[in-house]
Amino acid sequence: MKRIIFILLSNPLSLLGLFLVTLVIILAIFADFIAPFPEHRGAVVDFVNFNKAPEWPYIMGTDLVGRDIFSRIIYAYRISLLLGVFVLSIAVPIGVTMGLIAGYMGGKTEYILMRITDVFLSIPPLVLAMSIMGLLEPTLINGMLAVTVMWWPWYTRLVYNIARSEKEEGYVLAAEIIGASKTHIIFREILPNCLPAIVTKMTLDFGFVILIASSLSFLGLGVQPPTPDLGSMVAGGATYLPDSWWLTVFPGLAILVAVFGFNLVGDALRDVLGAD
Amino acid sequence: MNQPTLNIENLQLGFKSHVGMSKVLHGISLNIRKGERVALVGESGSGKSVTARIILGLLQTLPTARISGVLEFEGRDLTKLSAKQRHALRGTEMSMIFQDPTSALNPVYTIAVQFTEVLRRRQPKLKKLLAFEQAAAALRQVAIDEPERVLNSYSFQLSGGMNQRVMIAMALINNPTLLIADEPGTALDVSVQAQTLDLMHKLVQEHQTSVLFISHNLGVVRDFADRVYVIYKGRIVEEGATQLLFSNPQHPYTQALMSAVPRITGGGIPNIPDVSDRYSDPAYIHPASGGEL
Amino acid sequence: MPTSFIILFKRLFTSFIVLIGVSMLIFTIARIIPGDPARIALGPNATLEAVANLRANLHLDESIIVQYGYFIWNLLHGDLGISLYTNRPVLLDIGQFLPATLELVFVAGFIMVAIGLPLGAIAARYRGKFIDHVIRILSLLGVSAPSFVWAVILMLMFAFYLPIFPIAGRITDSYTIQAVTGFLLLDTLIAGEYRAFGDAFWHLILPAFALALSGIGQAARLTRANMIETYDKPYIEMAQSYGFSEKRIASKFAFKPSLIPSMTIIGLDFAAMLGNAFLVEAVFAWPGLSRYGVAVILRKDLNAIVGTVLVISATFLIVNIIVDLLIAFINPRIRFSTRRS
Repeated sequence: MKRIIFILLSNPLSLLGLFLVTLVIILAIFADFIAPFPEHRGAVVDFVNFNKAPEWPYIMGTDLVGRDIFSRIIYAYRISLLLGVFVLSIAVPIGVTMGLIAGYMGGKTEYILMRITDVFLSIPPLVLAMSIMGLLEPTLINGMLAVTVMWWPWYTRLVYNIARSEKEEGYVLAAEIIGASKTHIIFREILPNCLPAIVTKMTLDFGFVILIASSLSFLGLGVQPPTPDLGSMVAGGATYLPDSWWLTVFPGLAILVAVFGFNLVGDALRDVLGAD
Repeated sequence: MNQPTLNIENLQLGFKSHVGMSKVLHGISLNIRKGERVALVGESGSGKSVTARIILGLLQTLPTARISGVLEFEGRDLTKLSAKQRHALRGTEMSMIFQDPTSALNPVYTIAVQFTEVLRRRQPKLKKLLAFEQAAAALRQVAIDEPERVLNSYSFQLSGGMNQRVMIAMALINNPTLLIADEPGTALDVSVQAQTLDLMHKLVQEHQTSVLFISHNLGVVRDFADRVYVIYKGRIVEEGATQLLFSNPQHPYTQALMSAVPRITGGGIPNIPDVSDRYSDPAYIHPASGGEL
Repeated sequence: MPTSFIILFKRLFTSFIVLIGVSMLIFTIARIIPGDPARIALGPNATLEAVANLRANLHLDESIIVQYGYFIWNLLHGDLGISLYTNRPVLLDIGQFLPATLELVFVAGFIMVAIGLPLGAIAARYRGKFIDHVIRILSLLGVSAPSFVWAVILMLMFAFYLPIFPIAGRITDSYTIQAVTGFLLLDTLIAGEYRAFGDAFWHLILPAFALALSGIGQAARLTRANMIETYDKPYIEMAQSYGFSEKRIASKFAFKPSLIPSMTIIGLDFAAMLGNAFLVEAVFAWPGLSRYGVAVILRKDLNAIVGTVLVISATFLIVNIIVDLLIAFINPRIRFSTRRS
């Protein structure tokens, strides 16, 4: 563990990643104290200061109804992170368990589970989430559900591949010979060997959940106004290009910064943990 | 014109890391005369393979490697050559045979493609068809009956022994001055290994190729080499003509190494100490080694 | 090769099973949603009788299994039903919008492969050097933003501030091109209108790059990782000790073996593009499936949603079959594999 932290801190890129991730998390948690205009997260209008280019105190300008874009970005981060936690805490256990079972049990179980996984994987992720979103009411919870439904199969595939090769290893055979239960072998013997890969993927995915969720709301199928969301902010400003560029550029960069941060950390973890 | 093919004096190698230098070679000296077959014997981690890679100039490109000492190939100082000049020697004047022939051949290209690439090291403009013919001729030399079929195959379609013959033919096709054989055929069955070694022996004798034979197996070396160097933890501990060294090993490590060879006549696996202070005794050079054999 | 045929048939069979699974999944999602599609289609002012009639016509009152049976039966006759939004056959709608999307996706896919793979190979060859770090950071940036953000940034930079490329659309309105394939790049050539071809091509560049950027990053990262693994293989050491040039090793002897594991993932990236095309089309007002897809989703137009997803998934499966065949083609281990007992 010490070694891991040391390596992470000695590489400038992973250091940058840690910095960005920490920044985003701190902004999200302490939004109420950091945002210059906390009330702008809701349906506030200020027609005196609408559509303003960046100038003090609106460091990223104001939107079409006069809300501070910087404040809204901070609150959007909060929702994005919540969404990431929600999606991963449901998708990962389901996906991992399915992958472990399919990989270890083999035979018919494997065939059926993996074909189900294939079905989900052969619909482009965004299209799957879109169609679920479109059929349900577009609320935050449904958005989380839609993204969760498209997310678990990736973990099934990842864990399945590891489990399939691990089950041939000597330590698993040894456990079988001494009569360990299947549950024990799956969760106590094989699972620990999948953890580095899972942790790495979760870090990367935190970024990608943010990315997909913003894509959904960009299409109007995600978080609904007035709740601040990076995707819908970009969508709302796109028609006012190039004059009111701050409406789209800052929320867009906000997505880039957050996802880039998680990717940098995930990449560094991959190198350190030796997961693929 | 009695200059050695290879002359190494006081060769040192260390790897730099963030905790400091870790030394791998503590000044080894070694020479190979023209047409001579020299064996470098030692356990894994003793520094055999890195020596081979330094001679080929592959380690020099590593930014962490620190190399010093004299390194002469046919009278040319290898340490003074540019990377490009060192590169020009590889595959032409020097070539190499690997431990596992099957994994040393590229799995997604046919044998013919790889032969062509090797041949073009000497003859850059060589046409494919001609390369194929030359390769087929070389394969006949290593007792392959259907060279055309082998040339159109991939390494995974051939047996280990067949791949080893291919490797030998490839290593000698450009008529190199020095052949480095790094544990050749260790991954093969003992009988196949013996056959291919005989073949290699015959061919290097015909071509008057100098050979540096790297091995951990004294038994294999005995029939093949004219002279033997024993290496232990980055130091040469004994050197001598094969017969002399085998009949009268002087250094405690060599003695231990020899008694470690399991004998088919019984006695089981001998009991030898892992580490002994006496292994660090000064090197013993057998007297005849400087002169003719 | 007979083995390739066996692989192809196996692959086709699995794809077929998966496609049936997709249809069931989408159909189930479509039918368990709250809200009455007939009511939504006819609007709040329709009479109860009209709604009931439409429900009967659409078999909405039958059990879900019977409904699925009707659906498959019609599907086999090439009938995806009528879109409640456009009042036209869904297949006709999709046929009209799909080519524009596919054209965009294919060009983006080509850009992804043509730029991403060499970038990855260069990074692997010079691993640890400056150029490697630059490529790593750039490709990581590429995957770190959704394609609509890239679309906005590219549009701002290369259509507004540096007005090199057109801002929106597929082709300048003054050209009228007879639709044969629906692919403008082909149709313009068929019509012999080379200036129109250039114009259509020019319109494609920004959207295609916006769509390709994350794929380029992904492909470069993947190629780099796989090639670095390949560089540790004995056959690369062999190539180096025989003095094969570093350039030949990077572009041939280490590249091809690394390509095989990369290709499956690249196929998946292509699938992601089919979805991400929606985002890019929205920014560049590209007349593809996006606007139709979003419109029918917002209107709960069941037939159209199911049809759109099914067609996209089928396209994806076909692409993956092609990728598998390509892998079999470049990997002699598969081409010459003898079936094990």
